[in-house]
Amino acid sequence: MSVLALPASALASLGRATFNALAAIGRIAIYAALTLWHIVRPPFYRREFFTALMQVGWLSLPVVGLTAIFTGGALALQIYAGGQRFSAEAVVPQIVAIGMVRELGPVLVGLMIAARVTSSIAAEIATMKVTEQIDALTTLSTNPMKYLTVPRVLAGFLTVPLLVGVGDIIGIMGGFLVSTEQLGFNRASYIKNTVDFLQTPDVVSSLIKGAVFGFIATLIGCYYGMNSGRGAQGVGSATKNAVATASILILAANFVLTSVMFGS
Amino acid sequence: MIELSRVAKSFGKNHVLRGVNLTIPRGQSMVVIGGSGTGKSVLLKSILGLVTPDSGRITLDGADVREANRDAFLARFGMLFQGGALFDSLRVWENVAFRLMRGATKLPKDQARAIAIEKLRRVGLKPETADLFPGELSGGMQKRVGLARAIAAEPEIIFFDEPTTGLDPIMSGVINALIREIVTEMGATAMTITHDMSSVRAIADRVAMLHDGLIRWTGPVADMDQADDPYLQQFIHGRADGPIESVR
Ligand SMILES: Nc1ncnc2c1ncn2[C@@H]1O[C@H](COP(=O)(O)OP(=O)(O)OP(=O)(O)O)[C@@H](O)[C@H]1O
Ligand SMILES: [Mg+2]
Repeated sequence: MSVLALPASALASLGRATFNALAAIGRIAIYAALTLWHIVRPPFYRREFFTALMQVGWLSLPVVGLTAIFTGGALALQIYAGGQRFSAEAVVPQIVAIGMVRELGPVLVGLMIAARVTSSIAAEIATMKVTEQIDALTTLSTNPMKYLTVPRVLAGFLTVPLLVGVGDIIGIMGGFLVSTEQLGFNRASYIKNTVDFLQTPDVVSSLIKGAVFGFIATLIGCYYGMNSGRGAQGVGSATKNAVATASILILAANFVLTSVMFGS
Repeated sequence: MIELSRVAKSFGKNHVLRGVNLTIPRGQSMVVIGGSGTGKSVLLKSILGLVTPDSGRITLDGADVREANRDAFLARFGMLFQGGALFDSLRVWENVAFRLMRGATKLPKDQARAIAIEKLRRVGLKPETADLFPGELSGGMQKRVGLARAIAAEPEIIFFDEPTTGLDPIMSGVINALIREIVTEMGATAMTITHDMSSVRAIADRVAMLHDGLIRWTGPVADMDQADDPYLQQFIHGRADGPIESVR
């Protein structure tokens, strides 16, 4: 079926959807610019920032660790099985390391943060909006952008790279455990192969991705919360849209970053 | 003095305010009455800039509120929201002392806490309430914490959106007396929304009735009973039949 055969109404709604998506991206970009503008101007709410550090960083550790260890283990099994087909099963340590550090670590941590942190930020701020707490902040001469958005976004930007670093290490450890316990790799040489193979740019790219994903995840949560509709339904759709948008933007940003940093 | 002239605000097809003219003299207590959903809360929020009017002009002491320095402007106001709007992640006393602990005139923590406890006492809440979270309070208690927060920094202009709704008659009396006292003793300007006619008589210097997006009647509270506006009379006597439709 050619595109011309599509009914006009379907085309129109496709056009409208595209237009709406572009408009949303524009509004999010403006919101991001505003956030950056406020980050560098006082006052800075330290207590809110430390709470956000706990929420975004520390309390996400279990989820990140579990995700990474299972993924690292599965990755080792797949590479071993795949490598066997052309007698290249010895490359498991190298490929696990590069796969975890360059791609899977940042992406999985980013998505877990979108699920855990973006949703809770969006729901919390949307509830505050719906119950007029945001209006109350304003009347108490406190800028909601500075009080709510800046601490969370800054915490995301600073802690998610650390989470990604932890995720990378635990992921490699997952691969190591499976390889040495189940696939018969030698421990010392597995570690040596991993360490020799990984280069500084691999690690740096991983952390840069983490910072960008942390920024996206927290910013999108705040944006949808602040722009929530009215009532319980408003909170529900703000949360849903925040998680969906954050996940897609993280994956898109990952592609762009990978192309920029590794695409020759 | 706050002056509104021809202030209009619509939400989509819902024309809530359609050209409100109203003057709130300095140091007086203005009470706004009107049916549910007529836009009383929207009116207060328009003055504070929380809702942007579609047209019209709002001035404070002659200066357009949109051109005012936001921080300096808002520092002169206190506001009790209809739903309380307490910050549920903060303790009661931190809610009350919120403004005291921030900004240029920041007070040390223990001093702010002492003031918060004193304000809580004035709205009839025990000092033990101070360390609870808003979620642990009853609706009427939350309302009173909101009231304490609105008056904590002793602002010169205070807006109360239904201060006695959900309170028992005795507590309503306490709150009415408190609002009256804040106006007469501290010289504050107050604008109160209420549905309770005994509150109107206890609090008001002047009364304004909002109906159908316009100020239907305004004047001193003493003239209210003699006024011959049928809408006002129906409202203050709570009659089911009259010019105001019962389905709105
Ligand atoms: N943010 C908003 N978006 C859309 N409509 C709104 C908004 N705020 C208020 N409205 C509408 O404006 C109208 C007036 O609302 P408002 O809250 O001012 O009423 P009210 O006079 O305070 O009523 P009540 O006495 O019940 O509190 C209502 O029809 C309401 O649905
Ligand atoms: Mg109201």
